[in-house]
Amino acid sequence: MKFLFEYRNPEKVAQYLDEITKTVTRPWKIMELCGGQTHSLVKNGLLALLPPSIQMVHGPGCPVCVTPLHLIDKAVYLAKEKKVILCSFGDMIRVPGSQGSLLEAKATGADVRILYSPLEAVKLAQQNPDREVVFFAVGFETTAPANALSVLHARQIGLTNYSILASHVLVPPAIDAVMADEASQIQGILAAGHVCTIMGVGEYDELAKRHQIPIVVTGFEPVDLLQGILMTIRQLEAGQAFVENQYSRVVHAEGNPEARRAIEEVFVVSDREWRGIGTIPQSGWEVKPNLASFDATAKFDVQIPQAPECADCIAGLVLKGIKKPVECSQFGKKCTPENPLGAPMVSSEGACAAYYHFADLA
Amino acid sequence: MCLAIPGQIKSIEYQYNGMVKMAKILFGGITKEASLDMVPHAQIGDYVLVHVGVAISVIDEEEALKTLSYLEEIGELDELVESAQIDRHGL
Repeated sequence: MKFLFEYRNPEKVAQYLDEITKTVTRPWKIMELCGGQTHSLVKNGLLALLPPSIQMVHGPGCPVCVTPLHLIDKAVYLAKEKKVILCSFGDMIRVPGSQGSLLEAKATGADVRILYSPLEAVKLAQQNPDREVVFFAVGFETTAPANALSVLHARQIGLTNYSILASHVLVPPAIDAVMADEASQIQGILAAGHVCTIMGVGEYDELAKRHQIPIVVTGFEPVDLLQGILMTIRQLEAGQAFVENQYSRVVHAEGNPEARRAIEEVFVVSDREWRGIGTIPQSGWEVKPNLASFDATAKFDVQIPQAPECADCIAGLVLKGIKKPVECSQFGKKCTPENPLGAPMVSSEGACAAYYHFADLA
Repeated sequence: MCLAIPGQIKSIEYQYNGMVKMAKILFGGITKEASLDMVPHAQIGDYVLVHVGVAISVIDEEEALKTLSYLEEIGELDELVESAQIDRHGL
């Protein structure tokens, strides 16, 4: 596949590993923000191939992992008690809430559907005019345009039975939260290429200056990741701290203006609770009040108690890069992808699942 | 979740009475439908990056090649810096 396979070239990978080894003179701690990058680093065995002085720390960029427990409980309640057609991405359906996952709700008769795109949910609402359709809209900035577009499409065609349960989180406030935690001690950051495809790189210039840290916007294939790491190390070794764009074939400095316009039309910035991390001010998006009829939170009255998190799960420490999955006492024991205690063991982008599936490579 | 795949636009059509711009996109051997609302200037034959059924960027061929030649570029750059240093130190 063009624009994919050439960035998996083993010879190039070897050249980059060689150049990284030649460049590095002391230990550096670099965080890759996006769970997709974590997955690629682990799956391709890159962690074991990097020189030992480079420590990759896995960041909180797994939207399914940081979606709060009470929102999952709310989704389960909507599916079971309000009898809506509840749909979402496959990973989200499998994350455990306090009353089980959406998949378990489906097993007991609730109408839960796994979809590839929120636009399919709009079609579903059109085909089922006598049913309420709710899309559990999770995601970082990358996914927000698609979720916003589903609302705009639904409004355009005059649907009254479609709404989204929004769980949208933003990367820059998460960088602030990670940098503020003294235990993390991150020295360089690989920013998430697809988030920047939408948002551009402007907000990262300010972060790089304020935290005096190199930030390299990076793609997802092995050559992309190694090039991003090399760019970060070259800055660190030279005592520099600025924003570089490794993923220039996709990311433009200004982002995608159409996508940002759709986001601005549908969402407004709000405080957000991040599962395992806590509430981060101004770190998410919620549906604007003038579109309340497309907002499941406003549309359905759901009064359910806040449930406590599983005491054995250290997801918060894993998401902030303070602990590795294998440092958890339950990893691979009580907690497995088939029977997860926490979300990072569920999502393909969760660090725990990546370490579990590719244990011999991590 | 933020997974996005590059594919080539094979055809473009308008749905919902022309309100929505959709395309058939070829990914390797698989064709899937995606919205072009976020990349209004994309044409048939262009490669776009698709995330959850929405094309979010047109892939820049020239930049794609630059990434692949980065090592050569920094090699030349390092040589330049080195020769400038040698000049400065009069070695």
